[in-house]
Amino acid sequence: MQWEIVIGLEVHTQLSTSSKIFSGASTAFGAEPNIQACAVDLALPGVLPVLNRGAVERAIRFGLAVGAHIAPRSVFSRKNYFYPDLPKGYQISQFDLPIIGQGSLTIQVPTTTAGQPYKKVVRLTRAHLEEDAGKSLHEDFHGMTGIDLNRAGTPLLEIVSEPDMRSAAEAVAYAKMLHSLVRWIDICDGNMQEGSFRCDANVSVRHPGAELGTRREIKNLNSFRFLQQAIEYEAQWQIDTLENGGTIQQATVLFDSDKGVTRAMRSKEDAHDYRYFPDPDLLPLAIDNEWIEQVRGTLPELPLSKQARYVADLGLSAYDADTLTSSREMADFFETTLNEVPKEAKLCANWLMGDVSAALNREDRDITQCPISPGQLGNMLKRIADGTISNVAAKEVFKILWSEGGNPDAIIEIKGLKQMSDVGAMEALVDEIIAANPAQVAEYRSGKEKVFGFFVGLAMKASKGKANPAQMNEILKRKLAG
Amino acid sequence: MLNSSLLQLGAALRSKKISSVELTQLYLQRITALNSKLNAYITVNEEMSLVQARAADVQLTQSKTHALTGIPIAQKDIFCARDWRTTCGSKMLSNFIAPYDAHVIEQFNSVGAVNLGKTNMDEFAMGSSNETSYFGHVKNPWNNNAVPGGSSGGSAAAVSAHLCAAATGTDTGGSIRQPAALCGISGLKPTYGVVSRYGMIAFASSLDQAGPMARSAEDLALLLNVMAGFDERDSTSLQRDTEDYTRDLNKPLNGLRIGLPKEFFAAGLSADVAQAIEASIAEYKKLGASVVDISLPNSHLSIPVYYVLAPAEASSNLSRYDGVRYGYRTPEYTNLADMYEKSRAQGFGEEVKRRIMIGTYVLSHGYYDAYYLQAQKIRRLIAQDFVEAFKQCDVIMGPTTPTTAFNLAEKNDDPVQMYLSDTYTIAVNLAGLPGMSIPAGFGSNGLPVGLQIIGNYFDEARMLNVAHQYQQVTDWHTSTPQHIEV
Repeated sequence: MQWEIVIGLEVHTQLSTSSKIFSGASTAFGAEPNIQACAVDLALPGVLPVLNRGAVERAIRFGLAVGAHIAPRSVFSRKNYFYPDLPKGYQISQFDLPIIGQGSLTIQVPTTTAGQPYKKVVRLTRAHLEEDAGKSLHEDFHGMTGIDLNRAGTPLLEIVSEPDMRSAAEAVAYAKMLHSLVRWIDICDGNMQEGSFRCDANVSVRHPGAELGTRREIKNLNSFRFLQQAIEYEAQWQIDTLENGGTIQQATVLFDSDKGVTRAMRSKEDAHDYRYFPDPDLLPLAIDNEWIEQVRGTLPELPLSKQARYVADLGLSAYDADTLTSSREMADFFETTLNEVPKEAKLCANWLMGDVSAALNREDRDITQCPISPGQLGNMLKRIADGTISNVAAKEVFKILWSEGGNPDAIIEIKGLKQMSDVGAMEALVDEIIAANPAQVAEYRSGKEKVFGFFVGLAMKASKGKANPAQMNEILKRKLAG
Repeated sequence: MLNSSLLQLGAALRSKKISSVELTQLYLQRITALNSKLNAYITVNEEMSLVQARAADVQLTQSKTHALTGIPIAQKDIFCARDWRTTCGSKMLSNFIAPYDAHVIEQFNSVGAVNLGKTNMDEFAMGSSNETSYFGHVKNPWNNNAVPGGSSGGSAAAVSAHLCAAATGTDTGGSIRQPAALCGISGLKPTYGVVSRYGMIAFASSLDQAGPMARSAEDLALLLNVMAGFDERDSTSLQRDTEDYTRDLNKPLNGLRIGLPKEFFAAGLSADVAQAIEASIAEYKKLGASVVDISLPNSHLSIPVYYVLAPAEASSNLSRYDGVRYGYRTPEYTNLADMYEKSRAQGFGEEVKRRIMIGTYVLSHGYYDAYYLQAQKIRRLIAQDFVEAFKQCDVIMGPTTPTTAFNLAEKNDDPVQMYLSDTYTIAVNLAGLPGMSIPAGFGSNGLPVGLQIIGNYFDEARMLNVAHQYQQVTDWHTSTPQHIEV
């Protein structure tokens, strides 16, 4: 029987403000426990929250980047529940009136065993601002639980998608696109180990065309690999359960990454009644057009806009444009390199996506850790473009730049990698070759054009690889024709 | 000296007739002598008060002084004051030493006023008789069998019995005005947002407002000058130009239009209170005011609306008292849930628990729309009533309470009867308006009657003017409980 997997994601992105969403305490990661918790974070009697403008601006940036409606009036509500790492006994969040309304994100799903790569539009339901809780440390204290409130009050933007994804691969592609976007627009550092980007996946299965099945929510997936594994396991578990005549109960589940399985944490029956109501300590959040436009003015050019420009203005393929805009750092690297050789977009693209990417992959680095600067790369490409060095020689220059650094022109000079472009010298070489190989010349002249390659090989060897191949071909053709 | 106004005390301090240390000691001695009888203070800390008094005396030798420099003020124990035990009248916070100052405390400190001690109050400000305090009930200085009112009963009793020069209170549904009326003093609840709530322990955030309690309108104006002002740490604090609330005190009242809501003079109002209020209205007419009959048609819904909204907010505001970080924790427990349950069951009193339960219920899934949302809608209607009323009048007057002070334990078995003693004050909080109570005579049992004056938003200066002019031609506010030696 055919099954369709239906996935929606809720992603918590930690906003990159230096202070907390409702207090002035620092949000820096890794401090001694409870050092970065002020009176407000500790929920001392009498303290009050004050909204951090920077967190609101980051939410607006996100809304603009996904073409979403930005609510002129949104409301902070209290989500009430008791837990030791939730100092107030409620979390300040947004409930029925979130700051960001419907938007969308275009994702690129890579090649799978099933077929070709494809694009897909995933609808976003909403995004809302809220504060993070502290951390409960169960391991470090024998028979007790330690509470670290440094994280309490850290600003989060929870981004909720529609159940538009149909495979783990799509869910991962969506999460990666979102991850790239929040870093692109500078609202989140994207550090998944430190919990800056955490995914909850709502998974259900159904027969194609049927009503949505009952979903189970997998909580707190903090790597793309776990996201993929957890969804695959969960979907298969649901299919097996249904095929064996069972039913799915709505539940919250955890993914055990050691065993690769999901297990239920709580069922719908023991779900909390959070008793949401508007927080009377905070006024409704009003955002006028002026503020939105001011924020829009600080946004970098977005990936989709760059892609269109690369295709239309630079003549790159859609594939190249997609790849070069996979991250803002990559696009910046490309554009800075292109500044050195403005007419050579394709050359820049080929080198970045070819030799540079291959070298980075080999050493497991990302583009920000590239030992060659865009300026160095651009200068080298300039020498390819103006015929100073051949592509073969350029690979030599690139190797040296990568391992030792330096100036491309100096490397070309010292290593003697300049192409031979002195026509007289090349003609003399060709004359010698023709004189020394009369039999092959005769063959060529009798119509065996394949022999031409033989002459090219000899000529390049005689020039020690420095001859400009195009020029050398032209001279050879002319002389051989007699 | 003890009968002096704040201005007179200030003059005496500046002319060195008395030092702040001497004045502070005078009050501390009275507290030592009388507090065991009245129980108006929860915490007195002689040394900390005298440190401030000594600093004030130094300040008084310099040219830059404030009207309140060196004057001992009692602080309701709802305001966090650094290094002071701050209990909010609860066992839950009976061991809590505040590590920071509330905005109100900071303001008084900044002008060199002396914190004389922390006054008794209903637990978490939930009560109308001061009987819910974990630290025992306060007695009314006029009659020790009567309640002082609540929740700012300790402050009201302290002012009435001259155990301080003036005091602070907070008012969520009448907690400044009702005890002021019952103890025969003056009290003002400002427009919501005029005084920062930062550091004031929350009961119902959308209703709570701090204000002054004193022996005259003039004193209230001086105190409000210090308490009011924008504070960026409270998002509901209003950013407005600084006002001098004494500026209109001496304006004549010719042409003043007084609105008398018929709902405030209907069944439920005792005859002696009605008589005293009518006499004060007659006095106002003599001062040149005219009277307009008005109606607040939704005011009868104030109590039901209040007892949905205030407990809803309180149930959430009091969730932080969980025994984890500070405050009371049960000595024995088996697991986390048990620790929460026992700490809260043992740390909170009956009335607080009742309101947490009501609040939790009205916010619960399936009940929210019927209770909380409905109450919010009616709250807007109640506020709208006042908007209409103020088209016809400048101030609204009526009784502060339906009766004079009732006896201790009289209403303990019936919470609804207790809630009804705030029937005339609650609508003002729901609308966010300023309201005050001033002494207006005595009832048949010899206990004080309070006249309530309700103003339009930000009309505190006018209300103080209206009260002050009355106090120029009457002496109810200077009466002192007979058996309190002054």
